[in-house]
Amino acid sequence: MIKVKTQSLHKRESLLVQSKRQLEILSNGIFQNGELPKFKEKIAETNQFPLKAKKLEILQINVGYMCNQVCEHCHVDAGPDRKEIMTKETMLQCLEVIKNTGAHTLDLTGGAPEMNPHFRWFVEEASKAGIKDFIVRSNLTIIRANKKYYDLPEFFKKHNVHVVSSMPHWTRGKTDKQRGDGVFDKSIKALQELNAIGYGMPNSSLRLDLVYNPSGAFLPGNQASMEKDFKKALLEDFGIQFHNLFAITNLPISRFLDYLIASENYEDYMYQLVDAYNPDAVTNVMCTNTLSISWDGYLYDCDFNQMLELPVNSKVKHISQYNEELLEGRNIVISQHCYGCTAGAGSSCQGTVA
Amino acid sequence: MSKTYYDPADLRKFGKITDWSEELGNKFFDYYGKVFEEGALTAREKSLIALAVSHTEQCPYCIDAYTKDGLERGITKEEMMEAIHVGAAIKSGATLVHGVQMMNKVNKLDG
Repeated sequence: MIKVKTQSLHKRESLLVQSKRQLEILSNGIFQNGELPKFKEKIAETNQFPLKAKKLEILQINVGYMCNQVCEHCHVDAGPDRKEIMTKETMLQCLEVIKNTGAHTLDLTGGAPEMNPHFRWFVEEASKAGIKDFIVRSNLTIIRANKKYYDLPEFFKKHNVHVVSSMPHWTRGKTDKQRGDGVFDKSIKALQELNAIGYGMPNSSLRLDLVYNPSGAFLPGNQASMEKDFKKALLEDFGIQFHNLFAITNLPISRFLDYLIASENYEDYMYQLVDAYNPDAVTNVMCTNTLSISWDGYLYDCDFNQMLELPVNSKVKHISQYNEELLEGRNIVISQHCYGCTAGAGSSCQGTVA
Repeated sequence: MSKTYYDPADLRKFGKITDWSEELGNKFFDYYGKVFEEGALTAREKSLIALAVSHTEQCPYCIDAYTKDGLERGITKEEMMEAIHVGAAIKSGATLVHGVQMMNKVNKLDG
């Protein structure tokens, strides 16, 4: 049983539920008094403003904010109390786009995407489109959460789904601190089940990747070194294998922003992000080749902009009006949270970018 | 003038030491960077050594820097504390081993 340690900002009725409030925090203080440059000014130094969308490669669909976990740093503010769920009607509109897109990757996320009542139907239909890489971001514990989910590994295998799962550390203490008591043990069990049917095994075409994001107010270390340490520890301690580790930086929004402010780490964290700014990462930042679709069908440059309610800067706003050509070349909507994707080796839903 | 000797914000200004002695400052930072690269020891091992030495040197800037560095590398708090104990053991051992000098002196003068 997972013991939830925290509550969503929505449940707590936090002021940060208003994305406007988050954006004010990110634009005031050290960014207003000139202590730190705004993201726009920083990228202008290397003539990278405005940031423009290139050819679409990744279509990321958020099928709902409901989740069985309430992780400390969730940028979605997901949890069991969130009722925003993609309807079948919106899924049908997404399927039309999936059939015709030039993107090579389809990426389903949430919340726990498996909790959407139409999830399996959607995966079955979407997999028929023959997109090269079909990702489902599974939190792992959902596989052990209820009998109705026990067969998910087989379901993923049947549809050749690429499973990407969060794992903040190879130790129980650090994982449970971030994701709730009991998450580590359930995640280990789920990984062993995925391994047992071929996921994550060397040379297996059933892809299993892990996502690492730091458990506190610090940046992720070198992705390759972390991958080595994760592989060694998980294999030695639990016989678990996986393919790649994606090291992802926590962006200062939603519950992580709340944590930074409450722990008095906000300013230091923003300094860290700005100090680690890497113009090479800007070139490949994910918003330039990704489109994020929200549970209600609206379009965003990335999942973070979706949570900040910053829609795409385009005539095309909704999946029902989708037009890939019109979206290409649009100016990306930015704010200071974008420093999270350009620090060090950069950060994206597929790991480092520089 | 600051009312405290140490200000955490000064750590961020470390690079500015080159302003008043560019050549020596640059040589130091080149050397420093090279030392911490992967070599016969891993960067992770070096980070733990640096953390232990930060404590024996009682440098608050270094303690902040290498605690964060350790967290970024996935080093656990148990590993960090053990590393500090290594430093502490050497410090106390270095104190105590001088006890032999004291014993030698006592034996010579009053033996």
